[in-house]
Amino acid sequence: MISDSGGGSKIRLIGRRMFILTAAKAVVVFGVVGRLISLQINESKKYKTLSDKNRFREWRFAPPRGVIKDYFGEEIASNQKVFQLHLIPENAENLSALIFRLKNILKMSDNAVSRIQKKIKSQKPWDPVIVSDNLTWAEFSRINLFLHELQGVEPIISVARVYREQSSSHVIGYVSKISKKDLQQKNYLANMKAAGMRVGKTGLENKLDSEIIGNVGHKRYEVNAFGKRIKEVSIDQGKIGKNYKTTLDLELQNLSSNLLKDKAGAICVMDIYRGDIITMVSSPTFDPNKFVHGISTKDWKELISHRDKPLVNKAISGLYPPGSTIKGLVAISALENDVVNTKMVQQCSGSIELYGEKFHCWKKKGHGFVDMRKAIKESCDVYFYEVARRLGIDRLSETARSFGLGDTMVKGFNEEKIGVVPNTKWKKQRIGKSWYLGETLHSGIGQGYWQTTPMQLCLMTARIANGGYDVEPRIVLGEKSKFSLFTEKKKNPKSLEEFFNTEQSKEFDDTTIEFGYKPLFRNQENINFVKDAFFGATNEPGGTSYGSRLSKKEFIFAGKTGTSQVRRITEQQRELEIKNEDLPYEQRDHSLYVAFAPYNEPKYSISVVVEHGGSGSKTAAPIAKKVIKKLLERHPLRQQVHDNYKGEDV
Amino acid sequence: MYSTDGGQFAYHTKSHIVRFIIFFILFFIISFIKTSFWYSSATLFYLGVLFLLILVKYVGLTSSGSQRWLDLYFLNLQPSELMKIGLILFLAKYYHKISSGDVNKFRYLGQPLLALLFPVILVVTQPDLGTSFLIAVGGVIVVWLAGVKMKFFAYLGGLFLLSAPVAISFLKPYQKSRILTFLDPSRDPLGAGYQITQSKIAIGSGGLLGKGFLEGSQSYLDYLPEKHTDFIFTLFSEEFGFFGSMAILLIYILITWRIVSIGHTLRTSFGKLYCYSFATAFFIYVAVNMGMVLGLIPIVGAPLPIMSYGGSSMMAIMIGLGIVMSCKIHKDQSLG
Repeated sequence: MISDSGGGSKIRLIGRRMFILTAAKAVVVFGVVGRLISLQINESKKYKTLSDKNRFREWRFAPPRGVIKDYFGEEIASNQKVFQLHLIPENAENLSALIFRLKNILKMSDNAVSRIQKKIKSQKPWDPVIVSDNLTWAEFSRINLFLHELQGVEPIISVARVYREQSSSHVIGYVSKISKKDLQQKNYLANMKAAGMRVGKTGLENKLDSEIIGNVGHKRYEVNAFGKRIKEVSIDQGKIGKNYKTTLDLELQNLSSNLLKDKAGAICVMDIYRGDIITMVSSPTFDPNKFVHGISTKDWKELISHRDKPLVNKAISGLYPPGSTIKGLVAISALENDVVNTKMVQQCSGSIELYGEKFHCWKKKGHGFVDMRKAIKESCDVYFYEVARRLGIDRLSETARSFGLGDTMVKGFNEEKIGVVPNTKWKKQRIGKSWYLGETLHSGIGQGYWQTTPMQLCLMTARIANGGYDVEPRIVLGEKSKFSLFTEKKKNPKSLEEFFNTEQSKEFDDTTIEFGYKPLFRNQENINFVKDAFFGATNEPGGTSYGSRLSKKEFIFAGKTGTSQVRRITEQQRELEIKNEDLPYEQRDHSLYVAFAPYNEPKYSISVVVEHGGSGSKTAAPIAKKVIKKLLERHPLRQQVHDNYKGEDV
Repeated sequence: MYSTDGGQFAYHTKSHIVRFIIFFILFFIISFIKTSFWYSSATLFYLGVLFLLILVKYVGLTSSGSQRWLDLYFLNLQPSELMKIGLILFLAKYYHKISSGDVNKFRYLGQPLLALLFPVILVVTQPDLGTSFLIAVGGVIVVWLAGVKMKFFAYLGGLFLLSAPVAISFLKPYQKSRILTFLDPSRDPLGAGYQITQSKIAIGSGGLLGKGFLEGSQSYLDYLPEKHTDFIFTLFSEEFGFFGSMAILLIYILITWRIVSIGHTLRTSFGKLYCYSFATAFFIYVAVNMGMVLGLIPIVGAPLPIMSYGGSSMMAIMIGLGIVMSCKIHKDQSLG
């Protein structure tokens, strides 16, 4: 018999101590309940988010960009199949060994390797890192050969931007990787993060970027703790970027680009009624494809250190004094302001002394007695000194502005420059000095402070050629413009031409203004006079571009040369008659030419600028002649597209 | 358990139910056996389990770096789980025998101390920190309930603290890192802190009503480790939310309260000591497990009684409860 020794007191002690334990238990229960409340009620939202972050993984992919076509449907910027190599860090067994192996197989540089390693660190382990976005076929097949020992690597066939012609590199622009600056400037990029995403940097690629880029697609999976995909939660194919048709003519682009080969300069061609930019070429050009997959340091250095600045779109960003190409505008301004009439005669003896300064004509022995038509035709500087003197700089600048100088005209190109249309106010503001009368004279022949882009000169010529209406350039079909407004109301786009040239337009005109177009003249005869003078300059003996005329009747065009000085000619140099070619390249004159064609029924305007190309008649005019010939040969084709035209949709 | 198998009536579910049935039968058998039998065989039971613990050292199965199991063919027995009951039984009997005047005499302190330390050290070196802690807690409770003065606990605690630096140097690296990680879970979010973090996410994301039966994404996508053993409460909380967790907690409190109230009705020191100690130990097992998955205390391997998958743990709890029932049924009989 085992007795319970101790009896009642012991049992009481046990009871007492048990009471303390029970109290302690209550405290613990409160602790657990409190924690449950805090986790499941107070912070439940936070943990739900964390739980979803665990469960869902999203793989995003970049959509193909829209295609940019020319007026005839030729693709200028399109997409091509590329072989890419993606690496998913979490799938790799031994990441550093894998990278080392890839480095050997692809012969990557240390720089490239450290870039990849940096990228891996910066993102989630399941997000693919693009090891190479454009493998050659040889590299691609080599990778596939070793694939079984390269766990974590995925060879992928993808699409990337490709530019087949370099003639349009400037106007089309290029795409490249998204930079911090892009993210700041383009809000829509915020939800466009995807491996291999490219963004438009310049030209149309930049202008059209928000639409042409498309929408990023994604696949969302539920994954388990080991990264294995359990089920697809949602899939969004994204959206292929919008395609665009432009007003450009790729064949003319190519021809123009070839004509400027080994030269620095630009060619612009425009439809004078619609404002359609048919050609916008800058030289020297570059290979935009290099930017798509990341340009090498060597190539980049070569591009930016090049004397002729290949990356600059000289058609809209190159600034040149217009030289004598402005004389038509000076004449119009003087005639419209009733300062002179066309019959005014001035004697040119090769130079003129005014305000204690000697002003020279390009023709040393002088033009003799000249009237306004002859002054334009033979480009007499002395005559225009006198015209400018009577006109004054402020009235001239006003006319120049109305004809499209001194402002950006092609919408949406960041790189476009506005240039300079000088006047007294401008000088006071920008230079802080008063205007000298002598400067008015220089301005009268397009020298001095003037700064114009080839595109502005082309537009100026178009506005003269169409009878004096303020057409605006356009490059993308379907964009809202004066022309689209016109077609909307009047339906038939062909009637625009009649519209500008019929008798009724002379007296106008509420109708014209209703369609968005505004006449730039008081008396259209003044415009027609200048057009006729341009005809003389090209098609009559003694005209400055007589040597570059086209004699076939329907090809006859009318134009004006320009030779703009980039330096001050000293008296000594004038005496020595130093030839332009003998000067150092940087000091040679720019060669310019503006024209419209055909003369009888004007349809197109053109401007050609060749940097340091010498006189306008020698370099620019012959180039223009070739472009105009091709342009007019292709006119029926273009007309056909016009005629088949149903709305502006691509 | 059904949920841990992803809604399939698979291995874990089946075997858990089968075990529950077997051990429930065992529980009945035990409860009908006279308390005096348990009283008289307490020492034998303790020594038997102790023998098994020593056996484990030599022929035990090793899994994830620790040697804890004996292969009995139908069951991998974990003697350390049985020791939880064995020690309580042994000490309850010991203090039943000696008079209350002797409790605080040095002479009578040595034996319980040895009886406690020996199995604890055996289990610590398996290594299994969690179970050894729970065994020790069970033992300490009996000693304390029996009336050993606070000062002895204070001495022992002081001694323990002094020896802590030495003990820590014996800890396995993973054990050290568990303690450090508890202090700062973000220290190593993908390693040792991973379990706490994921468990908290699972419980927290359950919210008020839970994600629904079989809808616990944290669990079935394997973010939650050891979801059918130590982290079963996490799974339950995720799927059934705050109300579900409270219900489970309430059930455990009820069980504890039931055992304590059975203890109240008993007249023998053995019965009282055993019931009170077992109730408290049972409660502590629950509290430690919940505290652990809730991120209140470090992760130590401590299963949730009855719910967690594991035969030995369930067996121990069922034996423990069975003896409680035996005390209740046979309360009017003397231990002799």
